[in-house]
Amino acid sequence: MNVEEMNQLENAIEEIVEIAKKFQLDFYPMRYEICPADIIYTFGAYGMPTRFSHWSFGKTFHKMKTQYDLGLSKIYELVINSNPCYAFLLDGNSLIQNKLIVAHVLAHCDFFKNNAHFSNTNRDMINSMSSTSERIHNYEYEHGTENVEKFIDAVLAIQEHVDPSLFRKYNHHQKNEPANIEKQSKGKTGFEDLWDLEQNQPSEESKKTKTPEKTEKKFPTKPEKDIMWFIEEHSPILEDWQRDILSMLREEMLYFWPQIQTKIMNEGWASYWHVRILREMDLTSAETIEFAKLNSSVVQPSQHTLNPYYLGLKIFEDIEKRFDREKIFEVREIDSDTSFIRNYLTKDLVEDLDLYIFEKQGREWKITDKTWENIRDQLVSSRTNGGFPYLVVKDGNYKNNGELYIKHEYEGLELDLKYTERTLPYLQQLWGKNVHLETKIEDKPVVFSFKDQKMQRRFL
Amino acid sequence: MSSSFIVSREDWSLHRKGYQDQTRHQEKVKEAIKQNLPDLITDESIILSNGKKIIKVPIRSLDEYKFRFNYNKNKHVGQGDGESKVGDVLGQEPAPSGAGKGEGAGDQPGEDYFEVEIDMEELETMLFSQLELPYLKPKEKDLLKVTDIEFNDIRKKGIMSNIDKKRTILQNLKRNAATGQPGIHGISPDDLRFKTWDDITKPQSNALILAIMDTSGSMGSFEKYIARSFFFWMTRFLRKKYEHVEIIFIAHHTEAKEVTEEEFFTKGESGGTICSSAYKKALEIIESRYSPENYNIYPIHFSDGDNLTSDNERCTKLINQLLENCNMFGYGEVNQYNRSSTLMSAYRNIQHPTFRHCIIREKGEVYKALKNFFSKPEVG
Repeated sequence: MNVEEMNQLENAIEEIVEIAKKFQLDFYPMRYEICPADIIYTFGAYGMPTRFSHWSFGKTFHKMKTQYDLGLSKIYELVINSNPCYAFLLDGNSLIQNKLIVAHVLAHCDFFKNNAHFSNTNRDMINSMSSTSERIHNYEYEHGTENVEKFIDAVLAIQEHVDPSLFRKYNHHQKNEPANIEKQSKGKTGFEDLWDLEQNQPSEESKKTKTPEKTEKKFPTKPEKDIMWFIEEHSPILEDWQRDILSMLREEMLYFWPQIQTKIMNEGWASYWHVRILREMDLTSAETIEFAKLNSSVVQPSQHTLNPYYLGLKIFEDIEKRFDREKIFEVREIDSDTSFIRNYLTKDLVEDLDLYIFEKQGREWKITDKTWENIRDQLVSSRTNGGFPYLVVKDGNYKNNGELYIKHEYEGLELDLKYTERTLPYLQQLWGKNVHLETKIEDKPVVFSFKDQKMQRRFL
Repeated sequence: MSSSFIVSREDWSLHRKGYQDQTRHQEKVKEAIKQNLPDLITDESIILSNGKKIIKVPIRSLDEYKFRFNYNKNKHVGQGDGESKVGDVLGQEPAPSGAGKGEGAGDQPGEDYFEVEIDMEELETMLFSQLELPYLKPKEKDLLKVTDIEFNDIRKKGIMSNIDKKRTILQNLKRNAATGQPGIHGISPDDLRFKTWDDITKPQSNALILAIMDTSGSMGSFEKYIARSFFFWMTRFLRKKYEHVEIIFIAHHTEAKEVTEEEFFTKGESGGTICSSAYKKALEIIESRYSPENYNIYPIHFSDGDNLTSDNERCTKLINQLLENCNMFGYGEVNQYNRSSTLMSAYRNIQHPTFRHCIIREKGEVYKALKNFFSKPEVG
């Protein structure tokens, strides 16, 4: 990019910022960085320019870069949730491509800044990740690259199992430990148990079986969703450096979580705005055509997998049609993908978009359902917990032997059994003792146990 | 206004993280290949790739495992072009061994095979590093000399084309430093250094391998596949590691005949099995063309063990005769279902130190068989 092109880009950005502000978009100061392809793809693979090193990122990078080299896919931009907000533009983008991207990115930044689910995210994560990376690098010197890598392999296998709830602040050394149970059960006002009712409604069955051992200390007192945290706090075998890595990687996951949770909304929001901003601009006819092409390639529907850009855009447009523009600002502030779809995906929209449910029957993938409520609910369930199975620590002292008992809160979606069997050894590596995972196969409860280096499967 | 954004363009050329981790990943891929050698060597894509330099091999162990849902057993939401209806078929699972991917299955996680490109040469080096011909003896009459040259010496005189630039410059630096004018200048004939070579001679003995394969009707496609995989790698190994080795191919059912390499690997026959015919043929060949005085001889026989029962005793006798003339006799039995009363039950009683046998029940055991036949005798 030469000086003149750079000036053109700066002028365009100035104009776009002006229009975006008129539309009431509210964003952080922006830092645009022009990068060559391999750098953009590095950031794409790592999720952040400063992230720690690991072979799995190298694998992703290689895959993405190869696809780019073969002309199969192209990332035009990358934007970081931070203040100031960093956006990376691919060197070689045309001016009109950059205009679209700059507008798109501004709306992303508005979303980062204003959506409630991002309210707890660390806006200085670029630096935090950089120091994490450095610390991990130092641990490699201290404890050997291979040891550190092996440990990170294990942590990455369970990294999604954190508790991202907005209102729960983890107070180390206080929560969910056996020592506190007595205090709690005696109670100060006698009404504390009411607080638990909502989260911890015991089913009829478990009530019966559990009554006799009520006096026994339970650990954790309530099923613990944050497995990463639980292991960091209670694993008997971790060394300090390992706890440190676990804790840092958990922070990274908590940082990324809102992005996982709002993929459809965030992309829909950005697409909604880049269209409207570009409409306000004075484009040449050649630019208009290129913009139309580019825009349709971004939001084009695709079979089998839903294009989040397209679905999100359509829902936002529909909300605006049915309510008003103010309403879409409200939605971008308080919703996440699950509530967004549950509340705003309507019958008309499902039919209009020609959505359907498909599944495998025999060897064929078939459309099996077009009932709009089922489609909506299926979409919601696929986005629940970021699309990951909901697992909780049920017992951290199973069999009174310090073994770890994890339960999959089964809601009709079966686990990939092969992957389950390959992941449990990682969990065991982190916990140090035998580990168990309860789930359901064909609606029958089953427990996978990784005991004494052997995998067992047992129906209950 | 203009302060609310900054556009910059830095020099990223030193940012190599992606490439570094990519290299680490590739190292891990190589480790995985090493660990998967037994599975890989019976992989059809490799055996069929004969001649290609770079081959693709499937690796499984580099998945990033995590708890996830079973894609195949769950429902998904898709989008049509406006006319979709219940019952429409979106795609089919690819046929079990077919190479093509079904439309619908394309984006499913499923079995995540990771295809890796590897140099055939490299794979062979890994594979053959532990293999060698056992009991190899120097044969007096025809002691062959392998001549090779090795550049391993430096001299002050030599041919200009063999000049060692690095050492010459070093010498020049040293001399200039000694005279108080450090740097590279004024290279004199005194500085010149030349590489020179030595002749190395390694004695190598002649070896003859008799590859004997049962091609009778009872050898099913699995049995043939295993036997051929074994012989495929055996011939590659022998030709890569030994310069003077001859391989004779013998196919047999009720009678045996000497065949060409191509016939050996491609032709199927049928009929009953009389293994002694092959052993007789082997003895004949040894007697008429390859004297044990000049050759290290290794007959290797693969069969499913389904021999005419009355023939077993004759076979045992002939093997003993062969053993007297040969360095080693190897018998491999492909026995998928653990049948009893096979040739192996007769051969178990052969108590000769250079008789080696091996049973293969599944594809992964071909490498084990190679190692079994082509390894140093255990001491003690």
